[in-house]
Amino acid sequence: MEKQVIKVRNLVKRFGRFVANDNLNFDVYEGEIFGFLGANGAGKTTAIRILSGLSEPTSGEVIVAGFNARRESEKIKKNIGYMCQKFSLYEDLTVKENIALYGGIYGMSKKLIRERTDELLEKLNFREFENRLISDLPLGLRQKLAFSVAILHEPRIVFLDEPTGGVDPITRRQFWEMIYETATRGITVFVTTHYMDEAEYCDRISIMSDGRIVALDTPEQLKKQYNASTVEEVFIKIARPVVN
Amino acid sequence: MYNAIESSGLTKSFGPTKALDNISFSVAESEIFGFIGPDGAGKTTLFRIITTLLLPDQGNVKVLGLDTVSEYKKLRKNIGYMPGRFSLYQDLSVEENLSFYATVFGTTVKENYDLISDIYSQIEPFKKRLAGKLSGGMKQKLALSCALIHKPQLLVLDEPTTGVDAVSRAEFWNMLGKLRKHNITIIVSTPYMDEAMRCDRVALIQNGKLLAIDTPVKIKAGFSCKLFSAKAPEKYNLIQALRQFPATLTAYPFGDSVHVTFTGDTIDPALYDHLKNNGVTGALVNETEAGIEDRFLELMSKTE
Repeated sequence: MEKQVIKVRNLVKRFGRFVANDNLNFDVYEGEIFGFLGANGAGKTTAIRILSGLSEPTSGEVIVAGFNARRESEKIKKNIGYMCQKFSLYEDLTVKENIALYGGIYGMSKKLIRERTDELLEKLNFREFENRLISDLPLGLRQKLAFSVAILHEPRIVFLDEPTGGVDPITRRQFWEMIYETATRGITVFVTTHYMDEAEYCDRISIMSDGRIVALDTPEQLKKQYNASTVEEVFIKIARPVVN
Repeated sequence: MYNAIESSGLTKSFGPTKALDNISFSVAESEIFGFIGPDGAGKTTLFRIITTLLLPDQGNVKVLGLDTVSEYKKLRKNIGYMPGRFSLYQDLSVEENLSFYATVFGTTVKENYDLISDIYSQIEPFKKRLAGKLSGGMKQKLALSCALIHKPQLLVLDEPTTGVDAVSRAEFWNMLGKLRKHNITIIVSTPYMDEAMRCDRVALIQNGKLLAIDTPVKIKAGFSCKLFSAKAPEKYNLIQALRQFPATLTAYPFGDSVHVTFTGDTIDPALYDHLKNNGVTGALVNETEAGIEDRFLELMSKTE
């Protein structure tokens, strides 16, 4: 039996009379690359805020990395990593300073931060950049560093928001290899994205529409089921845009 | 038939960064022409020069027969520009935004309503709503309406679909297709490789240089070798094992598979044994058709 890292049962989140998450049920497993898709306004952000301990469910059970989202949200925060395309690193700090800052935030010891910094710089071939400001790094390198920093504290899960949107095709592939390698080590990768071709890289995907999960399976199965050649076609068939 | 845009030797630097490096191309009247490339490739700089908002260091562009530097005043009246980030006043309502743009260009909403009716009618029920309160897809429709309200001959769209969901993106491209009947030339930039197929012709752009200009079909056909798609449950191991195979030229993750090229045009039967010996079970390898992104990758590797 595969190990659950995220378990969601009957999750409901309301804002006044508006139901942002309407009875969500799903599991995500250890080492899985899970794509979380939905139209603008479908309720993805609300769900992710709950999964990452930033917001409480109105009702239902949410367990992330073994902790309850209602009572143990602080513990959840320590056991997850987060990276978004728009902002992840401080541009006016150097590569090394950013690594030290994030290590510190996650309560890692100085010794451990030093060790992981060395490993990371070695692995990314980043030695020559260690004292450069982030603002001076090409976009592709920034993205790779941001991802490495997000998993510096070896979280159980890392949340990625449009991780390769707008990056060049070569960097994009190097980035996905990093994601595969991370998942192979047992870290769960939770991806949200508007880029449907990015969804094709995931092991399983869910599609949200109007606060509900309307599809959840491997990209291959979904394409078969909806008689589509791409995830994009599947998405357009089932995810109606929210009009309001 | 004349060219709506003719660019020759455009170069623009910001400090040590060459944003545009000797760019030459032409766009025919009524064409939908796409600039496809990642962030930082130079798309926005190019569009700002075309729309007369920025001066080139070298080279020149003629847009609608007018020089972007010496005849910018005349030109501006005939261009509709939808910038990537900002074009709507968040604290004005939908209809206020539209009539503002109409007034700036000395026209009225009524006069050119037929041009935008397809698009604007979808958001008209919300015309009293503040632009800042609209969803992404609706903002995009309003911004497009505003860019069109003075009936421009050239429409310049800088990443109109970035951050917009797939359903709205598909709708947006359908709207652009419908504008054809009004004889408007459209240039559009996007980092989404799959959107290339929606254009008549595209230019692939990277590091300020054009890697290729052609119809999307011809760009795909330019891929120089046979392309294969490999699948196996353990993708990371599959990539590593493929790269260790002597006949492999390139192996890249590509959606749910790995795209591979070999020194020959066929699959060496020894490949399957090699994969098994490297712990990859259940691998399937088939020939596949190269897409725009495959060709982009190939062109990038050659220039680097």
